[in-house]
Amino acid sequence: MIGGWLRRVIDHDIFYSFTRSPVTVLAALMTLVILISSILAPCLTPHDPFNPASLNIMDAFTPPVWVEGGMWKFPLGTDDQGRDILATIMYGNRISLIVGFLSVIFSIVIGVTLGMVSGYIGGWLDAVIMRLADAQLTIPSILIALMVDGIARVSLPRELQNEIAVYVLIFSIGIAAWPQYARVTRSGTMVEKNKEYIAAARVINVHPVMIMLRHIIPNVMGPNLVLATIGVALAIIIEATLSFLGVGVPPTTPSLGTLIRIGNDFLFSGEWWITIFPVVALIVLVLSVNLIGDWLRDTFNPKLR
Amino acid sequence: MKRNILKIAIVFFLMLVLATPAMAENVLRWASQGDPLTYDPHSANESPTIGASTQVYEALVNRNWKLEKEASLAVSWEIINPTTWEFKLRKGVTFHDGTPFTAEDVAFTVKRANAETSEFRNYIKSVVETKILDDYTIQLITSGPNPILADQLTYVFIMSKKWCEKHGVTEATSFKDQEESYAVRHANGTGPFMLELREPDIKTILVKNPNWWGLKQNPHNIDKIIYTPIANAATRVAALLSGEVDFLLDPPLQDLERIKANPNLKVQQTAQIRTIFYGIDQGSAELRSSNIKGKNPFKDPRVRKAMHMAIDIKAIHKKVMRGMSIPANVMTPPGVHGYPKDLDEQRPPYDPEKAKALLAEAGYPDGFEVSLDCPNNRYNNDERICQATVGMLGKIDIKVNLVAQPKTLHFPKITGRKTDFYMLGWGVATLDSHYVFTYLLDSEGPWNGSMYSNPRVDELTRAMEVEMDLAKRDKMIRETWEIITEEQVYIPLHHQVIAWGMNKRLEMPMEPNDQPQFRWARMK
Amino acid sequence: MIFYAISRVLQSFAVMLVTAFVCFILFNYVGDPINNMVGQETTIQDREALRERLGLNDPTAVQFLRFLRNAAQGDFGISYRLQRPVKDVIPERLPATMELVFASAVLALALGIPFGIYTGLNRDTWLSRAILTGSLAGVSLPTFVIGILLIYLFSVTLGLLPSFGRGETVQVIGWWTSGLLTVSGWKSIILPSITLCLFQLTLILRIVRAEMLEVLMTDYIKFARARGLTDRAINFGHALKNTLVPVITVTGLQVGSLIAFSIITETVFQWPGMGFLFIQAVHFADIPIMVAYLVMVALFFVIINLIVDLLYFVVDPRLRMDRVETAGQG
Repeated sequence: MIGGWLRRVIDHDIFYSFTRSPVTVLAALMTLVILISSILAPCLTPHDPFNPASLNIMDAFTPPVWVEGGMWKFPLGTDDQGRDILATIMYGNRISLIVGFLSVIFSIVIGVTLGMVSGYIGGWLDAVIMRLADAQLTIPSILIALMVDGIARVSLPRELQNEIAVYVLIFSIGIAAWPQYARVTRSGTMVEKNKEYIAAARVINVHPVMIMLRHIIPNVMGPNLVLATIGVALAIIIEATLSFLGVGVPPTTPSLGTLIRIGNDFLFSGEWWITIFPVVALIVLVLSVNLIGDWLRDTFNPKLR
Repeated sequence: MKRNILKIAIVFFLMLVLATPAMAENVLRWASQGDPLTYDPHSANESPTIGASTQVYEALVNRNWKLEKEASLAVSWEIINPTTWEFKLRKGVTFHDGTPFTAEDVAFTVKRANAETSEFRNYIKSVVETKILDDYTIQLITSGPNPILADQLTYVFIMSKKWCEKHGVTEATSFKDQEESYAVRHANGTGPFMLELREPDIKTILVKNPNWWGLKQNPHNIDKIIYTPIANAATRVAALLSGEVDFLLDPPLQDLERIKANPNLKVQQTAQIRTIFYGIDQGSAELRSSNIKGKNPFKDPRVRKAMHMAIDIKAIHKKVMRGMSIPANVMTPPGVHGYPKDLDEQRPPYDPEKAKALLAEAGYPDGFEVSLDCPNNRYNNDERICQATVGMLGKIDIKVNLVAQPKTLHFPKITGRKTDFYMLGWGVATLDSHYVFTYLLDSEGPWNGSMYSNPRVDELTRAMEVEMDLAKRDKMIRETWEIITEEQVYIPLHHQVIAWGMNKRLEMPMEPNDQPQFRWARMK
Repeated sequence: MIFYAISRVLQSFAVMLVTAFVCFILFNYVGDPINNMVGQETTIQDREALRERLGLNDPTAVQFLRFLRNAAQGDFGISYRLQRPVKDVIPERLPATMELVFASAVLALALGIPFGIYTGLNRDTWLSRAILTGSLAGVSLPTFVIGILLIYLFSVTLGLLPSFGRGETVQVIGWWTSGLLTVSGWKSIILPSITLCLFQLTLILRIVRAEMLEVLMTDYIKFARARGLTDRAINFGHALKNTLVPVITVTGLQVGSLIAFSIITETVFQWPGMGFLFIQAVHFADIPIMVAYLVMVALFFVIINLIVDLLYFVVDPRLRMDRVETAGQG
């Protein structure tokens, strides 16, 4: 069964175009490596860099292993608190990926629901939702995320902020991105709605919600998924930026952005590795996801095929 | 052809005109991370703010860079009787607006600084009455004998009575006041520089006061001072390295080597009159942020001692402070009258095992949770020290939740007694141990966030305020230090070492209280 | 056309009202405004008196109307952090941001459109490929990374350009201080505007390119070619005009993005503008500044939206036709 499915995938023309593009294959490979390393991070790292009790400050500022003073225990060096950079990158990737994916899923849930309802029911509900989406679309998501995050921060007591920072981030970034999914879903829904099989389902009294769930969703998810890959990359960048500005994840559970922020202070004083490696990691991650998104978009765009 | 020559001539002339002023003036551009809070010299008792005031305003008595008292607006003073000090004032001094300085201004200043809204009350509250004998002689009558009045007066800056009345600022602007007053952005003092422009958070410009009385003894050659606050550490040091600023008050410690390596720059450093320590709430029945309910673990001195032992101060000294600190066991540094050198050298060695045993003995074998309040823009590497502490306390099972915030949000928690565990750094303005006791250890001390209350300490502190027999007084100081160290009331970390980064063209003596006085600066 | 304009204006008002309401909730109910305004020593009676005086005991609706009236006049109270009225602080910072955004927008357009055209017309040259790869980098590199690297290169290593601040500024009209009239001002604006424009430049480039590619494949271009028009006539006379429509929209949106990214750029370069002010306000929980910023940003986007919509209406005849048809159905 798996063999059969695998053969179908390999024979598909999309897979063909995939293998023809070496850049995309490379990108996909990188993403896979990052994904696996971040899931398996606890097994691969000497200590948990998020647990302050496991740190030894005497390890701080160790250079990468190929520089004098480096140790194999910390292949990419350590930061100012003694955290292994490689380990922190892997754990930081986790946060970036989790925030990236969860916020996109959050956006999709909201966006697809609203878009579908809007497209299917039409009328004033449609007008209101679309106006809302249009209005929000003009504001760049990073600004919305910053605003929502800022408001959340001042509204919540400081002591709680450390624990729920990640959820606030997911919420902020998620809220910022729903309109595009809503619009795309709405156009897809409006197209599907007029097709015969939907009319047939209505005739036999299938409940509208059932129609939406079983028939419309599968047919409008395509463009949403394309948007999603780009969305993940954007979410990762937004999270890194917010953390860099100091309004993202707390410094005790650093993400790539926080690491860069910490390392920024040391960039010019000789401990370059605290900034440079997370920067490289961030670029690689975002680039890979972007490239896959680009390829998906080109592949699914019927005009260019 | 003629037109071309004309054009060239004009350009040349313009260049001359534009270039010349730049060559004739000595402009000192400097930066640090914290903008002064206000220019009203009685509003905010904060080091950077006081530092800004000293360029423009002056007190009766000044401290030089060796921290010795010297005559300033008062040429001499003597104690006539235990409650009366007589000051002879300097003649021929004018304020920046041209009005002459007289005893009237001193009397007015004493009243203003003594007001409810002034944060400088503690320096002057012992003075209950002023008697003007003539234009240049004034007597300050104190409520009881006050052996250190002259030391306290170094921070009471003299304002012009006429100017304050003219601009409606006879009341010290309360720092938390709703309205901005004229004195916050304008100044009229007797000092070596005049305030030309004040854009809070953006820049402040001072210009030379050509009529300053001290110009003969202190022939400084600075014509203009431009100050810019730069919050970001990397940007700050980049500004110094690229030559955009000539002087950096607080270069990041990790960049000192880079500054030293630059052929145009130099670093000056000295031990500062400031100690960094942790305060722990030992007055509340139950902690606000802990999982231990019904009792307060910090009340037990064994818990406090365990925490003290669990902090590897040598590692912090080496890795976090990069050698720019002096590990301490008491909360005041050398240079302060009454500093107990022997007690300072008795810091127990780093021993997490023993600490854990002590904790278990005190009844907390599994440790406990607590929040640590930490400023993130006030002391050298404050947040990093706290982060390192979180790791170290974690090793003895005290799980710390770090809450780092700017000083304007952090300090009210201490003065409002709303914190379980906090970091604080204390400078000693009067250079006398009493300053430390009265603010931090007296039951009613305004900055006693640890709510420590010991009747004997209270008794001693208040007694030393009025004890004129210096030998007896020193004994009181010594006894207080012994009590506090034995009970581990605070957890001292280290005495700060400060470094200034500056252009080699700038000659300026280093000040252990981190307040540069540009009256002694010279640019080559 | 009139119906369209009026309905859009009304919708804009609605958006502003909702924003104002959110801000009002933030202003009055988050934390205690009284605590943030007075010192610790203030007695309970004084606090109560202050509450009465500020009208904080009135019903919510009344307070909201008061808030609206104040906001309309630009009065947002006193900044907790700076202890000064917000309406004095904002005009000090606004020119800095406006000038930075303006410089970046000009840069992005001046470079983005030509690059887009070039890569659209010459798909396979190595220069095209280089520009496109570079554009991918422009999107992947976060703004703050670009800023830091630029500072490191041009300020510290080469010592050519300043790394912070606006340089000398000149009071131009009323409260507008300009950094564009001094040499040091120009030097200071170069690095921040490059940092800020890169993201937009790559976006404009890709959009112009994509549009050029699509339009060049359409039928009427084919017919023009068949008719024997020169390449130049086709490319610039026909193709370009039609690519301008989405570029207009995008440019309108770009200014919005520039405002967003200016927050980051200003923080890295210590540029004393609105964005930096906002970030500091978030760190310090300085709600009056945050509220003022939110309202201003909302206003700004609403106005941009309005202008773009109306412009679109004028430029694209198809919209006008739709309006005429649906006007009857209201």
